[in-house]
Amino acid sequence: MRRRFGARTLPRGVNFALAAAAIALAIVFPLFFPPGSGWVDDMTIALAYVVMGLGLNVVVGYAGLLDLGYVAFFAIGAYTTGWFMSGFYGDVNVHVFVSEFTKALPGIHLNFLLVVVIAAALCAVAGIIIGLPTLRLRGDYIAIVTLAFGEIIRVFAIEGNEITIAGNAKLTAGRQGITPIDKIDLPFLDQFTSLNLRPWYWTALGLVLVVLFVNIRLRDSRLGRAWIALREDEVAAASMGIPLVKTKLMAYGVGAAFGGMSGAFLGSFLNTVNADQFAFGFSIFILAMIILGGLGSVWGVVIGSLALSLINTRLIPDVLNDVPSSLGLDFNLVDVNYGIFGFLLVLMMVLRPEGLLPERRRQIELHEGTPGDEALVEVTHA
Amino acid sequence: MGATVQELLSKYGLIALLLVLPVVYGIQDLRDDGNLAGIANNLFDGLSNGAIIALIAVGYTLVYGIIELINFAHGEVFMIGSFTAVAFWGLIGLGLGSSVIGLVLGLLLTLLVAMATCGGMNVMIERVAYRPLRGAPKLAPLITAVGMSFILQNVGLLWLGGSPKSVDDLIRAQDDLFTVIGINVSRADLLAFAVTVPLVVLLTLFVTRARLGKAMRATAQDPEAARLMGINVDTTISLTFLIGGMMAGAAGLTYALYQTTIWFFQGFQAGLLAFTAAVMGGIGNLRGAVLGGLIIGCIQQISDNRISPSWTPAIVFAYLILIMVFRPQGLLGEETREAG
Repeated sequence: MRRRFGARTLPRGVNFALAAAAIALAIVFPLFFPPGSGWVDDMTIALAYVVMGLGLNVVVGYAGLLDLGYVAFFAIGAYTTGWFMSGFYGDVNVHVFVSEFTKALPGIHLNFLLVVVIAAALCAVAGIIIGLPTLRLRGDYIAIVTLAFGEIIRVFAIEGNEITIAGNAKLTAGRQGITPIDKIDLPFLDQFTSLNLRPWYWTALGLVLVVLFVNIRLRDSRLGRAWIALREDEVAAASMGIPLVKTKLMAYGVGAAFGGMSGAFLGSFLNTVNADQFAFGFSIFILAMIILGGLGSVWGVVIGSLALSLINTRLIPDVLNDVPSSLGLDFNLVDVNYGIFGFLLVLMMVLRPEGLLPERRRQIELHEGTPGDEALVEVTHA
Repeated sequence: MGATVQELLSKYGLIALLLVLPVVYGIQDLRDDGNLAGIANNLFDGLSNGAIIALIAVGYTLVYGIIELINFAHGEVFMIGSFTAVAFWGLIGLGLGSSVIGLVLGLLLTLLVAMATCGGMNVMIERVAYRPLRGAPKLAPLITAVGMSFILQNVGLLWLGGSPKSVDDLIRAQDDLFTVIGINVSRADLLAFAVTVPLVVLLTLFVTRARLGKAMRATAQDPEAARLMGINVDTTISLTFLIGGMMAGAAGLTYALYQTTIWFFQGFQAGLLAFTAAVMGGIGNLRGAVLGGLIIGCIQQISDNRISPSWTPAIVFAYLILIMVFRPQGLLGEETREAG
């Protein structure tokens, strides 16, 4: 049965060696380029997107809950950085584990590691709150409710400069953005500057490795198996004694926490937290990454996120941008990048829904269907 | 006792919730001006605005009723409808100087073209993006629907550029025709009703009376049984997409004349409003979609006018979430299927 899908089950040792080689290559990668090179810049962002992809993979890939509002956690994570690593709240002076230089600045300045933890916690709570109303809903309704939450958070981000929380402190800086944000400052690494991007890269890589490890361990845990059971057939899962509410909320919480960590990093790396960053398109961008790679497949998601991110930052603007004009068409390819992602989504779902590097179980599900999906043709009567 | 309270809440809670905005601002008007003209005008504008949303919502509800898919690209079909209409009336030379007869005939022709284009496009979308996935897990076609939506949005972006574009105000939309009990009826309002009411009546007649309409209802109830009864399910589904698309095309033309501004992002916003309307009325339910459209139109108008247009999406979405949580079957409930 499994043979039929050409399942690539490599021996355990080979798998391990491949992973180790990939990680080693990833660690030395920036040494081949000048410290401020565009490649290091793009790869850093790509790694941050890998973290988001892995987070969304928990919700969509493992638990099968289609989340179209994942950008909300990018926003919350980035605003955590905006609030706690900048001079945005200039009336208070809080400094925790920051460099001598930052200590002299007004505002709240916490160490990045602390901010990552806060961001993850805030997002986990937000994820659970967003998850709560969706518990009783069907799959497609979940998609719309999460989308709605994402858009609500975006409106709050845009209009946040009109919302006063205490004294004259605002919620956000709206479209102007909170800027500048403190540079990350970590021991054992060089100074983080905009000219030396290597420490940024390694920090992002560190986040990826942590999230990757947690992702794999979760997948193989009792909770991970519960998620997969839930995805395949909710009724059967419930009758086998899987607590639906807890299991679903855990998926939302964990997935959101990863998104928040990445958001916190990107806030500092991009040096601005701006309401326009948090559009609906971003949720779809991340979704396209994990669908490209293979829903539920950890390595697939890593490859998919890296690929789509580099397509976005390298292939479209640098390599293919002039293709339309050389064909006599009057536009740049950059203008329609979201159209390209949309096209990729349709193409992948129609031709290879299991993704480039599929997870075996998912592949079987997609090709043979699961009992739970028969509702598509079979209609339940009132 | 507890069950009765719960039932009452489920039944009337949503209605009470919907009355919050008009009642609050009605009281405010009474206090400030001594009459209700302000809120009455808001509500009337909301109804005419909602008539357009209703036309789009019908498309969502028909498609959902028949294949249980949120046709995410539907809003974009509406947007392309607006673009086609504006391009076509430019092509046949309609302008501010056109005579009344020419204008009426020209716009009728434009309406037909917009409806045909959008209907055809919707059928094609179903062929390319949804039909191959009919046996796949339910989320698969939803994902392609999102993909199609982005593709069409970018088509619109390339077509007319990234910023809103104002078009010729062919019908002098904002001119008031007459005033009844303090409510100003503008040409745009009249147009919205003149397009929506006949179309919705025709559609209802078609679905309830015509043979093909019967086939649609049968397929919605049980595709397998319908197939056994000799109904061509594929054709029926295509027909549903065709009708939904045609309604979106009509909405597209009406919107262009009503708002006199079009841009590529209008479909995303209107699509979400219309989807909310369809859910509010009870998805799968034709009359529900129309009712929902009118209500959402009022909410949008009050919010735009009294709070701020930038908060409107948040308010509409908050309603959407509340409905989905507390009354997923909507105001009128589903005619064909059980929600939940």
